[in-house]
Amino acid sequence: MRTGSSFLTRTELVYFAILAAVIFVVFPASMDIFRLNLFGKYLTYAFVAVGLVLCWGYGGILSLGQGVFFGLGGYCMAMFLKLEASTPEATAIQSTPGIPDFMDWNQLTALPTWWEPFHSFPFTLIAVIAVPVFFAFVIGLAMFKRRVGGVYFAIITQAIAAILTILIIGQQGYTGGVNGITDLRTLLGWDIRTDSAKYILYFVNGGLLMLCLLAAQFVRRSKLGRILVAMRDQEDRVRFSGYDVANFKIFVFCLGAAMAAVGGAMFTLQVGFMSPSFVGIVPSIEMVIFCAVGGRLSILGAVYGTLLVNWAKTTFSEMFPELWLFAMGALFIGVVLAFPNGLAGLYNSYVAPYVKRLISARGAGRRMAPAE
Amino acid sequence: MSFERPNLTRIGSALRRTVLTGATALAALSVAAHGSMAADVNTTGLAVTDDTVTVGILHSITGTMAISETGSVQAEKLAIDQINAMGGVLGRKIEFIQEDGASDWPTFAEKAKKLLVNDKVAAVFGCWTSASRKAVLPVFEQYNGMLYYPTFYEGLEESPNVIYTGQEATQQIIAGIDWVVREKGAKTFYLLGSDYIWPRTSNKIARKHIEKLGLKVVGEEYYPLGHTQFNSVINKIKLKKPDVIYAIVVGGSNVAFYKQLKAAGIDMTKEKPLLLTISVTEDEIRGIGGENIEGAYAAMKYFQSLDNDNNAGFVKAFKDMWGQDIVIGDVTQAAYLGPWLWKAAVEKAGSFDIDKVREASPGIELTTAPEGYVRIHENHHLWSKTRIGRAGADGQYELVYETKDLMEPDPFPEGYQ
Repeated sequence: MRTGSSFLTRTELVYFAILAAVIFVVFPASMDIFRLNLFGKYLTYAFVAVGLVLCWGYGGILSLGQGVFFGLGGYCMAMFLKLEASTPEATAIQSTPGIPDFMDWNQLTALPTWWEPFHSFPFTLIAVIAVPVFFAFVIGLAMFKRRVGGVYFAIITQAIAAILTILIIGQQGYTGGVNGITDLRTLLGWDIRTDSAKYILYFVNGGLLMLCLLAAQFVRRSKLGRILVAMRDQEDRVRFSGYDVANFKIFVFCLGAAMAAVGGAMFTLQVGFMSPSFVGIVPSIEMVIFCAVGGRLSILGAVYGTLLVNWAKTTFSEMFPELWLFAMGALFIGVVLAFPNGLAGLYNSYVAPYVKRLISARGAGRRMAPAE
Repeated sequence: MSFERPNLTRIGSALRRTVLTGATALAALSVAAHGSMAADVNTTGLAVTDDTVTVGILHSITGTMAISETGSVQAEKLAIDQINAMGGVLGRKIEFIQEDGASDWPTFAEKAKKLLVNDKVAAVFGCWTSASRKAVLPVFEQYNGMLYYPTFYEGLEESPNVIYTGQEATQQIIAGIDWVVREKGAKTFYLLGSDYIWPRTSNKIARKHIEKLGLKVVGEEYYPLGHTQFNSVINKIKLKKPDVIYAIVVGGSNVAFYKQLKAAGIDMTKEKPLLLTISVTEDEIRGIGGENIEGAYAAMKYFQSLDNDNNAGFVKAFKDMWGQDIVIGDVTQAAYLGPWLWKAAVEKAGSFDIDKVREASPGIELTTAPEGYVRIHENHHLWSKTRIGRAGADGQYELVYETKDLMEPDPFPEGYQ
């Protein structure tokens, strides 16, 4: 039974509207630009979490390497911004002016060829999505076609995250090494460090996140979404029904990668640098935690989960700089033990029935769209 | 102050101005009692009241770097305590807000921004790794903050918003190599280090200097951070028989490196080959174990064992505050200088304003520094002596040489790039 648009029930529409109101009205109205920029940063992780809901919650593919895609997207954007910041005038002090500073420190005397295309903004925008998706496609093809799944897949993604980190750190002349790519200034001449730019980027980021959520919702509602759930629960039956399971898995894995990549690129723009510390195993697992705290079956829950965890991280560490990690640990353990389905599960079992009663009491006589 | 109707975007600042005016009026009432008013010594809205001034401490107290950065935090807190006991800065007690960089460079950037934008601190003492400094640098430059950075580092940087209280690469390296060539007759060198910007840049400078002297580098190798298998390089060293192993291994890798070196039969006390490092302070020796590194030489600017009155007082105060069996390394001492240098600059400028502090900083000297005498150079680094120490089994360095003159900091060395 559906009302309103073809893929949103009325209740879901309300939930989407509430999230949009929180992102576009409540946060900007209640925070100064410093806090808003921080929340903008948290929301970039939400892209990854939403992608994970699709991959893990729906498709049953637990990836512990989403940081790879977040990082690749972020690095593509950072390379463009770094080239723009490294004008010969700005880098006159170097042995070779006109190349990024870290290349100069590593005795490179010319820009590597594979950096050249990143002078072009359109190319960069394509690369932000295309590079991680291609990478995900290759991984997916290699894994799912061979029916590698479950824990083995998780371990392999973790290994890939570790390898990429080592690669980036080791090739510091080309990648900035452990420092990452820092000191990014302008985007097509527009200073991204000013407060006004931060406001604009925050809203662009929020808009993109809403688009991603709608795309995720579309996938959920489509036949594809139902096949994903079927695959997660009984992979063999789906296969015996004549579906090529691997292709669906590859698709959803690539979709999750694309979302993570958009988040990574927005992260670079809002924070002003990119470093290998987002690529490795620890951040990748953290991203899974955001998703788990939010509830791995709820795309909106993933956003709230990301916000909650990161807000808690910032607040705890400001209040108890020496003990905050323990508080974070307690939060994770508490959530997982008490609410295995995360915030969304909490909402569905405690708040939703109450809300439903409230609505049906007020709208007596009118037919209500059934909730989930 | 005019009273035209402020537009929307200005309301915030107008409000702030009104509040400030109120505060100024209040301050004016009490000015006779106090001396300088907060508004006079602070025209840019920093966290300065008539009685206090707030600064930030930003180091990793969790994560892998915590073990290294703890000493810096302790030293900075000690310096702040001592300054407060002497009456503070411009008659104001220093209060500090401590933030945790969590060994994570983006977190450093976030916290730096919080300290500058939210807390409006008058100075920040912090960072340890180059990566964390590189992450916060744009923040300090954008919001015009002042960072006192304690670690010896690779140079190639000179920010108007940073005072570098540790040595840059040339200060540490050139004096060390000159000494080993002059005193020990070294002819061949084997360079090795952890694989990131500081060891690489340092070895680049070392190699240029060695080749300039007409001597020879017989090997140069790098290992990832955290690497623990040094057997292959140790074999190569045994094969090439260099006079000097020049080691810039950092962090936990040190433990494995020195233990394996000893296990492979290279006895550093015999000095064949001799080992010279610029990365192992007393703090690292605690992990390595004095018996494993006995006989190695280190080139840096401070050793806990330095025999002078300043240092005796510093070591005693440090131990009284943080425990008797604590050790003090080069970076810890450099971190201790930060608050003192800042105090001197603020008092010379007569103001907490960042721009005025920056202007006043070059030429500031400290005769009370544990390492002896230091002075801030135009390029925001410190003039300091370089010293060579020989590691003993007790985990302390014994001073064997110090440069007669202060070494000039030269972050962009001509001919070494």
